[in-house]
Amino acid sequence: MNAKSKTWPLPNAIHPPAHKAQSLREAIRTLPLPERLIIPLTQPGHHDAKLCVQVGDEVLKGQLLARGTVQPESLCHASSSGTVVDIAWLPVPNASGLPELCAVLETDGRDEWHRLPSLDPSTVDAATLLERIAEAGIGGLGGAGYPTAAKLSALREPHTLIINACECEPFITADEALLRERADEVVAGIGVLLRMTEPTRCLIGIEEGKPQALSALRTAVDACNDSRIEIVVVPACYPSGGERQLIYQLTGIEIAAGRYPVEQGILCQNVGTCHAIARAVLHGEALVSRIVTVTGAALQKPGNFEVLIGTPLASLLDVCELDGAKLSRLIQGGPLMGVQLPHADLPVRKTSNCFIATTEGELPTPPPARECIRCGMCSAACPAFLLPQQLYAYARVRDLEQTERHNLWDCIECGACAYVCPSHIPLVQYFRAAKGELSDFHAKQAMAAHSRVRFEFHQARKLEEREQEEQRRRERAALLKQKQDAAAAAGPSAQDAVAAALARVQAKKAAQQQESAAPQPTPQEVIQAALARVNAKKAARKAAERAAQQGEASKPDADDDKS
Amino acid sequence: MTLPSSPHGHRGLSVSQVMRLVLLALVPGATALIHFFGWGVLLNLVWLSALAVGFEALVLRKRKLPVAFHLRDCSALLTGILLALALPPTAPWWLGLCGIFFAIVVAKHCYGGLGHNPFNPAMVGYAVLLVAFPLEMTRWSLPLGAVPALPTFWDSLATFFGGEPFFGIDTYTGATLLDSFRQREGAQLVSEFRAASPLSGNFAALGWEWVNLGFLMGGAWLLYKRVIGWHIPAAFLGALALCSAFGWDGGSSSSLGSPLMHLFSGATMLGAFFIATDPVTASTTPRGRLIYGALIGTLVFVLRSFSDYPDGLAFAVLLGNLAVPLIDRYTVPRTFGHSK
Repeated sequence: MNAKSKTWPLPNAIHPPAHKAQSLREAIRTLPLPERLIIPLTQPGHHDAKLCVQVGDEVLKGQLLARGTVQPESLCHASSSGTVVDIAWLPVPNASGLPELCAVLETDGRDEWHRLPSLDPSTVDAATLLERIAEAGIGGLGGAGYPTAAKLSALREPHTLIINACECEPFITADEALLRERADEVVAGIGVLLRMTEPTRCLIGIEEGKPQALSALRTAVDACNDSRIEIVVVPACYPSGGERQLIYQLTGIEIAAGRYPVEQGILCQNVGTCHAIARAVLHGEALVSRIVTVTGAALQKPGNFEVLIGTPLASLLDVCELDGAKLSRLIQGGPLMGVQLPHADLPVRKTSNCFIATTEGELPTPPPARECIRCGMCSAACPAFLLPQQLYAYARVRDLEQTERHNLWDCIECGACAYVCPSHIPLVQYFRAAKGELSDFHAKQAMAAHSRVRFEFHQARKLEEREQEEQRRRERAALLKQKQDAAAAAGPSAQDAVAAALARVQAKKAAQQQESAAPQPTPQEVIQAALARVNAKKAARKAAERAAQQGEASKPDADDDKS
Repeated sequence: MTLPSSPHGHRGLSVSQVMRLVLLALVPGATALIHFFGWGVLLNLVWLSALAVGFEALVLRKRKLPVAFHLRDCSALLTGILLALALPPTAPWWLGLCGIFFAIVVAKHCYGGLGHNPFNPAMVGYAVLLVAFPLEMTRWSLPLGAVPALPTFWDSLATFFGGEPFFGIDTYTGATLLDSFRQREGAQLVSEFRAASPLSGNFAALGWEWVNLGFLMGGAWLLYKRVIGWHIPAAFLGALALCSAFGWDGGSSSSLGSPLMHLFSGATMLGAFFIATDPVTASTTPRGRLIYGALIGTLVFVLRSFSDYPDGLAFAVLLGNLAVPLIDRYTVPRTFGHSK
């Protein structure tokens, strides 16, 4: 177990200063129970939840508050006992800055648990354990928060279990602190996962330079006496703790682009998640707290805390004695992939592994970006072997086709490229934007393709209908002809005489109809015709009179008559 | 409200620092050049630096860009220094003016400024001068050792301002070793040529071997500092050595120059570590840089051996620049998780 096992070093990596010692000076601390907890009810990336409580309900610690509405479903539990005083859309730490659905819990101070029955992993079956992990609302505590039960159910033909104890981002020490103090519980969680998946080997990857955590882990692993578990020390570099990067370092396997490790029989779990699994299975506790590193040069007393989900960040910073004058930025997560927060009126959520209250001296504001000089330092740092300089050039001119050809989708947004860029170009921001545009483009393309299919189907249907009509017409005509032929074959008969008579009648009728069908004169035409008739009559009378006058002129006395 | 995107930290190495490190790495080679060729080199360095910065500031102003911010990247200064190091020490003032105008105004800013120029500005300036003013451009002064004493400062200044020094410029100038070697017309064995030529140094050209060693030293330091990658210099020097090894038959009268002579004469080391490595105009992929470096190394050998120019670095680099888009397109590295 202690043997040096083979590792596959990452060809491209960076070595940022660790900044880890400052938060490891003290043991994991706890906060006094906050009066109010703001518990996010949705899982990251989703925006709705099925509520299981109402405003005004009394709840116990560990009681279910809400379920996710989409698969994979995630569950949220009350982190302490008390009253639900509000359910509203509130700001939470996230990249979008959009509010999420939260339950506001007024604690009653008793912190009374509602525990599920504890399970013995050696006797219960895998399905029961899986159900328990789902019920406890456990998500990946390393960062993304993907529901652990869903990941476990997607696992196919497991052969390797990988436990991520790398924590490669600077500043973050939550996993290290956890291992130092609670390695036995972490290993108990690993035991549960081993029981569930029965892999042939289990590799725990831990970065070098964490001697206390390593020795605690060694002791715990030795105690559990499972020959499949092996601790592998990997070189300290970033991003050694990325899932695909860690799998490569420990096994030499490159997970194919677009595929997931679980599809290839590899399950990777973070040590924090293993700890949560142990609590859920052995103690029946839902995931209501986590270890959070609170660090940064703006804090007098940085450290690690076991914090209830929903604890206001401001109270955490208070305990660490924040010097507001020195604070330049507040970041959730590490300095390389973390999210800058607008203020501290935000709750701790399941994926909050670290908060950094930093100063200008510690993490300076980047100077304005210069032009890319194509030096290629970014590509030498890229763990995905991309060419960020080319991706940037294409993203900047919105050449989406080329960004895709240069495998933009394989960018894990680790930030190594921007970290080394001598021109201080915010490369990750460009890549995120380009990915957004690319998704948008594909969505539009898909819609256009869909519309085309619909249109073509419509055209085809119309054609078919016309053809069917034609067919029917031909059939009718054929039938009629058949009948006529049959009649002709029968020879002239009384029927013919009747038919001839009918034909004569019809011809007469047609003639009449034609007459009646002659265009009806419009009222104007009628009037004009009448006027014409009147004029004609007048003219005729005048002509007659003139003729008469001329006749009388020949007789002289006729003049007097007229005058 | 806008919040910056991740990452929130930086390694700290900026473009300005990169350029300044490159300038610093030029010191040993430039010192050797001044030592062997005298005041003229220094005059060129001062004059071209001032011109480069002046032209850069002028164009930035005309382009309505923040002048001080962009001048701080030191790229114009580097262009000026590189061109100055490539000019003969007897260059008159207008030669540098003309070269820098083409380098900064035409080759750099007409194409969009730093980061957008497809051709190495210093080499564009050099190539224009070489084509337009072949006489001035090939009138190299003789290195210390081939002449008993270098021109005095006042002689150099007079030459700089275009006046002929009263004792005649031919006292101090002549063909370089590369030039005279190319023109020996196969009459002599290489060893005889070397023994007869006053320009022969210990292992390459007199003076030039030290200049090249100086630039090699600076280049090695840049490699150590990881300011430049190893791909381009290694491929450049490797290709040049390989090509000249093929042309070298041990020293018969028809032999081309030896690898050692090629590696340590002319602009070899300056080109390999400081000019071909200009990131903007070089290939940007690792394999592409190998191809690009090898292409330039090969072209330098071909131009030196078979063209009418004594040294072909500028044309080799510009031809390499031309090939860069093609090279970049076909040398995209394999992405993690993809099969080749």
